[in-house]
Amino acid sequence: MLRPIFLKALAMLASVSAVLAQDEIVIGEFASLTGGSASFGQSSHKGTELAIEEINRAGGVLGKKLKLITEDDQSMAGQPATIVRKLIAQDKAAAILGEVASSKSLEAAPICQQNKIPMITPASTNPKVTEVGDYIFRICFIDPFQGTVMSKFAQSKGWKKIAVLTDVKQDYSVGLTECFIRDFTANGGEIVREQKYSSGDKDFKPQLTSIKAAKPDAIFVPGYYGEVALIAKQARLLGIKVPLLGGDGWVGDSLLKVAGNALDGSFFSCHFSADDQSPKVQDFVKKYREKYGETPDDMAALGYDSAMILAEAIKRAGTTEPEKLRDAIAATKDHDGITGRITLDAQRNASKPAVIMTIDNGGFKFLETVTP
Amino acid sequence: MLERTKILLLASLLLCGLASWGLGGISPYYYDILIGIGINIILAVSLNLVNGYTGQFSLGHAGFMAVGAYASSWLTLTFGYILGTHATGTTFMYVAALLAGGIGAAVAGLAVGIPSLRLRGDYLAIVTLGFNEIIKGIIQNAEPLGAQRGLGGMVQHTNLFWTFAFAAITIYVVLNLVHSTYGSGFLAVRDDEIAAEAMGINTTKYKVLAFTIGAFFAGVAGGLYAHYKQFVHPEGFNFLRSVDIVVMVILGGMGSTFGVVFAAILLTILPEWLRAVSDYPWLPEWLREIAENRMILYSLLLIILMLTRPQGLFGGISFSKKRA
Amino acid sequence: MSDQIIEFLQQLINGLSQGAIYALIALGYTMVFGILRFINFAHGDVYMLGAFAGFYTAPRLLQLFGGGPSFPGATAVLLVAMLACATIGIIIERLCYRPLRDQPRLTVLITAIGVSLFLENGGQYVFGADPKSFPEIITDRALEIPESWGALSALTITVGQVIVVGVTLFLLFALRTVVLHTRLGMAMRALSFNPLAASLMGVNTNIVISFTFGLGSALAGAAGILTSIQQPSIEPLMGVNAGLKAFVAAVLGGIGNIPGAALGGLLIGLLEAFVVGYVSPTYRDAIVFGVLILILLVKPSGLLGKTEREKV
Repeated sequence: MLRPIFLKALAMLASVSAVLAQDEIVIGEFASLTGGSASFGQSSHKGTELAIEEINRAGGVLGKKLKLITEDDQSMAGQPATIVRKLIAQDKAAAILGEVASSKSLEAAPICQQNKIPMITPASTNPKVTEVGDYIFRICFIDPFQGTVMSKFAQSKGWKKIAVLTDVKQDYSVGLTECFIRDFTANGGEIVREQKYSSGDKDFKPQLTSIKAAKPDAIFVPGYYGEVALIAKQARLLGIKVPLLGGDGWVGDSLLKVAGNALDGSFFSCHFSADDQSPKVQDFVKKYREKYGETPDDMAALGYDSAMILAEAIKRAGTTEPEKLRDAIAATKDHDGITGRITLDAQRNASKPAVIMTIDNGGFKFLETVTP
Repeated sequence: MLERTKILLLASLLLCGLASWGLGGISPYYYDILIGIGINIILAVSLNLVNGYTGQFSLGHAGFMAVGAYASSWLTLTFGYILGTHATGTTFMYVAALLAGGIGAAVAGLAVGIPSLRLRGDYLAIVTLGFNEIIKGIIQNAEPLGAQRGLGGMVQHTNLFWTFAFAAITIYVVLNLVHSTYGSGFLAVRDDEIAAEAMGINTTKYKVLAFTIGAFFAGVAGGLYAHYKQFVHPEGFNFLRSVDIVVMVILGGMGSTFGVVFAAILLTILPEWLRAVSDYPWLPEWLREIAENRMILYSLLLIILMLTRPQGLFGGISFSKKRA
Repeated sequence: MSDQIIEFLQQLINGLSQGAIYALIALGYTMVFGILRFINFAHGDVYMLGAFAGFYTAPRLLQLFGGGPSFPGATAVLLVAMLACATIGIIIERLCYRPLRDQPRLTVLITAIGVSLFLENGGQYVFGADPKSFPEIITDRALEIPESWGALSALTITVGQVIVVGVTLFLLFALRTVVLHTRLGMAMRALSFNPLAASLMGVNTNIVISFTFGLGSALAGAAGILTSIQQPSIEPLMGVNAGLKAFVAAVLGGIGNIPGAALGGLLIGLLEAFVVGYVSPTYRDAIVFGVLILILLVKPSGLLGKTEREKV
């Protein structure tokens, strides 16, 4: 049989890659650097990379440099499990950072939990992710919070009839929709039309035609910016004039470039605002622009914060021993991050404020901060 | 002759047990790759029965895999508690769920096999591709299966033993089928369907049989996969996954089980090896950059291989000696 | 007129303009299949390259015609993209498919899948993975429908939709003229009818095949630009879905049959719009494929395809 030969080959591979210097702390990161969700994965990766560089420039932690090893999961199901095993077993990662997409984090989480390696996801908002076990953390708010924030906002505007347009290919969008509808209808509002689309779609006129016929006061579109920009443009073409509402998936460099003025008067919740004048945010935006030549989006800010929280926890723990590191991450309180003050609760979820932004004359404008 | 192959099967099953026991301590990463190899062998060898030996063209193998993965996961998640938490009980439950997943996939295979009676070549390809999409579409809308959020929480039952035991059984069944007198019918359908029919071979039966058996093993592979990764998502069984398996079959050389097994191993290791290459510090930056873009390299290799060896790596070479 | 009827008509218009795009791409699949009997899987990605060709050249071309969005500027972008795609199509055929012409079709199919993966992943590497904003080459706005049309004035028809349908019709007639009334077109038909006899009659097979690839790819390039006028967000994977749907359209119409591809594209576009509008987008792909399978079961060679008896 072929198997023995193959094992030998594997063993040879192992011996080459396993040697690691002792004066480094390895941080494993898995991200979608290529494939369908590459634009999010690359952003969060850049933010993470920037944070690690900064920490190392300031002397590292515990007198050691941090070494970030990033593996690309190609946006493919099945990959995260393999990669995380590699990061833990071959690279001896002390902790794992990753994924934006909840479906990828859900695949990696059981493996981190079994191997007792702490994992921090920067942007997976599905509540199930941290339910996997006590080694799994997240630093973003979860779907119920964000959905409720937007529902409350719609109520405060006096809107009674809302149409919903969900990206069914993204569990994030499905989750936000559920929570939004639950809160909105419980408070006397009416969902006049529920329409759906799939990421990658380009033509939304059929859905929008149906929505237009229902005459809503506003449309809730908790999707990602690539599609939202086209939805806004096509909605205006079809003569729909009501505002659109959305979540953090809206934030992306190309949203306003594609949408132009089509999103004027719309609102969305997100994690941070690049226009926030606090010196910490401005400093981050400046450094990010210098390094990558683009304005950081939410994923970049969350990636940055996830690495910073991890580094801080390692410092507090004084070691990278898994159990102590886990306790230190769990004890994170009032971390002054780019995306607000972050405190991890008993369910290992972040309790932190959301920012509501509006779009005015083709530009983002900060509106208010909502604390949980 | 049949006796000898049976002994071979028993020997390889024993080997699986030994290997599973002996390799328990290897790095979880290599373990993961080995499991991936086993599952890909099952997928590729079973597809080879349809595409290689019977000459049909299925582009929807991942769909059958999805049926097996979801059916078996749903079974262990829903009824897993019945036989308690004792190891024997859960293992029994697991194997039963795998087989049930396989049977579910076989039923789906039967449903695809029947249109194949009327369609050929590219039309059949698109119909199987369509079935793949339809199966995915049904899962995406099925709330009990987690719909778009994916299904998780399965216990990790799959290990090297079960994976390679099923791989050995797949190879055994496929080889025995096509090399028995009964099974020459498959080859006859491939080589000249009209002549085969004229000779009194029931081509319908062979085509449907190939689809059903192929789908059964794909379903088992899906079950193994689901109970290893502990999380399944409809996107994991898309058109690209089907293409992956077809590439293994064609690269290995259609109708050569040995070649297909080798291609499955090669195509599982290659991307992981490239991952390692991109970490080698002594390689020049540009080479590492190329290795990092594995998918570009993979597609280029595919094109070059097809241009230089269009009959596949092992086309024309058979696993065991052909009995004419 | 009731709202329901307006909504129905609106979906009809939506489906029509999307179907036109599918039809343009489907033509490339069908022409190549008609001559070489193989599915050029990379065709959808040529459509993507068309959009990117426009993305990179549009700013300069528009400059030539006064800077802003204009008809001559948009025409220039369209022609440049078609030319670029034709060149790419011919190169792909020359490098990747021609050496395999005597090999089994499956081998060529896998090569085509390889080319497709290469263009997609190479595209992500070269262009970047994030969606790009396609420059405005023509202003897409809703057309004013006069009040005198009564209830119909509630309909929305956009400039983009009119252009897409208009240009598609024009290209279809141009293609018809080329295929029916030129020497190369005649050679194409001869080759698709009987390759051996055609080459014995002095048809230069290589030139005709190159020409077919060029023609099909140019149409895909045009589709890339037309889509981008309506949906100005382009990314390297945009060809995957569009390509798959166009392929289905080609098979539905009867692959190898040129009017069939146009008809199939239109039907798929309409079907999608109605499923999305009245059933659910989650079932869109499943229903599209379901309908395709049903039609193939009733008529295995597609709607307009000829039933070919296999010769013994």
